[in-house]
Amino acid sequence: MPSAPQRPLDLFAIDHLLSEEERAMRDVVRAYVDAQIKPRVAGWFESGEIPARELALELGELGVLGMHLEGYDCAGTSAVAYGLACMELEAGDSGIRSLVSVQGSLAMYAIHAFGSDEQKATWLPRMAAGSAIGCFGLTEADFGSNPSGMRTNAKRDGDDWILNGSKMWITNGNIADVAVVWAQTDDGIRGFVVPTDSPGFTANAIHMKMSLRASVTSELVFTDIRLPGSAMLPGVKGLKGPLSCLNEARFGILFGTMGAARDCLETAISYSIDREQFDKPIASYQLTQKKLADMALELGKGTLLALHLGRLKDEHLIRPEQISVGKLNNAREALNIARECRGILGGNGITLEYPIIRHMNNLESVYTYEGTNEMHTLVVGEALTGIAAYR
Amino acid sequence: MKIAVCVKQVPDTWAEKKLRSDDSTLDREAADGVMNELDEYAVEEALKLQEAHGGEITIITMGPERAGETVRKALSMGADAAVHLVDDSLHGSDALATSYALATILTGRDFDLVFFGSESTDARMSVVPAMVAERLGVAQLTFAQKVDVDGTSVTIQRVTDYGFETVVANMPAVVSVVEKINEPRYPSFKGIMAAKKKPVETLSTVDAGLEGSQLGLAAAWTVVEDFAARPPKAAGTIVTDEGDGGVKLAEFLATQKFI
Ligand SMILES: Cc1cc2nc3c(=O)[nH]c(=O)nc-3n(C[C@H](O)[C@H](O)[C@H](O)COP(=O)(O)OP(=O)(O)OC[C@H]3O[C@@H](n4cnc5c(N)ncnc54)[C@H](O)[C@@H]3O)c2cc1C
Ligand SMILES: Cc1cc2nc3c(=O)[nH]c(=O)nc-3n(C[C@H](O)[C@H](O)[C@H](O)COP(=O)(O)OP(=O)(O)OC[C@H]3O[C@@H](n4cnc5c(N)ncnc54)[C@H](O)[C@@H]3O)c2cc1C
Repeated sequence: MPSAPQRPLDLFAIDHLLSEEERAMRDVVRAYVDAQIKPRVAGWFESGEIPARELALELGELGVLGMHLEGYDCAGTSAVAYGLACMELEAGDSGIRSLVSVQGSLAMYAIHAFGSDEQKATWLPRMAAGSAIGCFGLTEADFGSNPSGMRTNAKRDGDDWILNGSKMWITNGNIADVAVVWAQTDDGIRGFVVPTDSPGFTANAIHMKMSLRASVTSELVFTDIRLPGSAMLPGVKGLKGPLSCLNEARFGILFGTMGAARDCLETAISYSIDREQFDKPIASYQLTQKKLADMALELGKGTLLALHLGRLKDEHLIRPEQISVGKLNNAREALNIARECRGILGGNGITLEYPIIRHMNNLESVYTYEGTNEMHTLVVGEALTGIAAYR
Repeated sequence: MKIAVCVKQVPDTWAEKKLRSDDSTLDREAADGVMNELDEYAVEEALKLQEAHGGEITIITMGPERAGETVRKALSMGADAAVHLVDDSLHGSDALATSYALATILTGRDFDLVFFGSESTDARMSVVPAMVAERLGVAQLTFAQKVDVDGTSVTIQRVTDYGFETVVANMPAVVSVVEKINEPRYPSFKGIMAAKKKPVETLSTVDAGLEGSQLGLAAAWTVVEDFAARPPKAAGTIVTDEGDGGVKLAEFLATQKFI
């Protein structure tokens, strides 16, 4: 008789590293994802539509949105708790985690860290509740890995600003109530808080995606949008503004990717135990077991790395290149795990009946956004050699 | 209004339950502990009444130290305070002992309503609420799928095999709930963090004024003499219908003592 299978992360006794409060928060998100996301997400992926408003309100009620921020009705949790929530959300779907990352770590964080009291009071409580949705516009069609060249610009007109330009690949763009937009000014790159009902604001949904289909991705176009002087984020100047937001969101991705990978691996393990070929479960072949063992190791190592970086972040000791180490490793390994699991499911691996190809395709976006694999490699390379090789 | 909710920590519903070889009691260390599912509905109903009528909710549990997790879950959902009876001498307590302990804790605390789940998923006796009501000498409104409070009285819809009965009682009263009654909320992150600061009174049996002779395995009114693992599932029997399918089916059910 075979013994009862262990779950891959139990091999690493991950729960032993978590406080009771962290486990409680993780369990709430897991229960929510199991009940509300997993049964429905394949349908959303298939149709390319999600009930984002409804989900935002539910996530707001749990306290997930901007959960690691203090005040303004945000829960004020630890960074590790935020990471664990991302892990559970992404075990559901990277698109749902993206919704939460963009809301909490990009849009809310930018306002929280760099906004005026008025901007914070106007937006943060509603965004924490999920009654207002935010997006974050940095990337442009011609400036992705190199956002410093951006063309979107804001010019003074008396006390007002006039905003022109466009942004590309903007998560939540079509459903957002507010956009945090980064633009060139005479004073360098600055951030602006732009209500999406401002005259001159257009969002065009990007269709025909093969990845993150349960997530809204948009092009934003700004045509002579007139904004009051108070629309600018007063607290930061230059690229370090958006880059510090990205570091927040990347931090969530370190954990999130491991959630997607875990879901793939758990699915593949149980499938391989049930599926018989040549009169035996495919799990009983050494080739399969080697795949499963290798994936469990990468999953466990990536999760340990995420937790370690989370603890550093909670002690305010984390450095940007360490976040790059985590994003580089975990996005890459999660994608590798998803691809290997895809194969283990054979023909079934290509359908939405199982979560794997959905995760696999989603992880292609995660591999690219928040800094591509190559960009993070160059960050780590620079840290190791002291030589910047971006140009 | 003062409301108490009795909650029990049980082994995770999906986990395989094991009995201990030394004393034939449930091995509570072998599986993760969770709040008995129906007790979540009891907590939810108390929270709803509190939202409508104000007042305070106290969670009561008897269980080993790690049942503290279940207490904190109830507090995370929104309850205000808790009493946790924890003592090695409670190990092996039967339903009579459990009801004695719970009733003793409840006595003198002036609750208007005491909520229970209608059954635990581990022992499934479904008798503790009635026993507690009897010991307290108050009305028992069991198997409620709906609860309304009006002034000094409480009205429930009591689920029966054929529909429901409407039962009215004066408060104080004991109410046990079924899963139709509501949809329990998830604890929110703010609730989880606030729970740490809520008062939890931890009592030993001595603190609670309980008599040791009525508690624990030695005091149980029944004894588990022996047990065996359920045999592995055998292959099913296929009844081929040669005109006598109904009879064969009935015979099969009779041999299995289903009819
Ligand atoms: C689904 C999705 C959602 C997104 N959401 C947002 C959002 O909400 N907000 C936002 O601002 N952006 C968002 N993005 C944009 C994302 O951040 C960019 O796609 C990413 O930064 C890469 O930019 P790019 O697509 O222009 O690729 P490019 O920068 O053109 O890169 C193409 C390739 O060239 C490589 N490359 C570039 N420069 C170098 C170099 N110096 N050395 C070696 N290799 C190099 C890259 O690594 C990559 O492999 C999203 C993207 C996707 C796919
Ligand atoms: C292997 C095994 C052997 C057993 N042997 C005996 C035996 O010999 N004799 C015997 O009488 N019983 C025995 N029991 C029953 C066991 O002692 C019960 O767990 C206990 O009596 C409580 O009953 P219940 O959980 O079935 O309560 P139920 O009546 O099913 O529970 C209903 C509700 O009561 C409340 N409640 C129950 N327990 C608690 C608690 N500890 N703290 C707070 N609230 C609570 C909850 O609201 C719960 O939803 C045995 C159980 C097992 C699994």
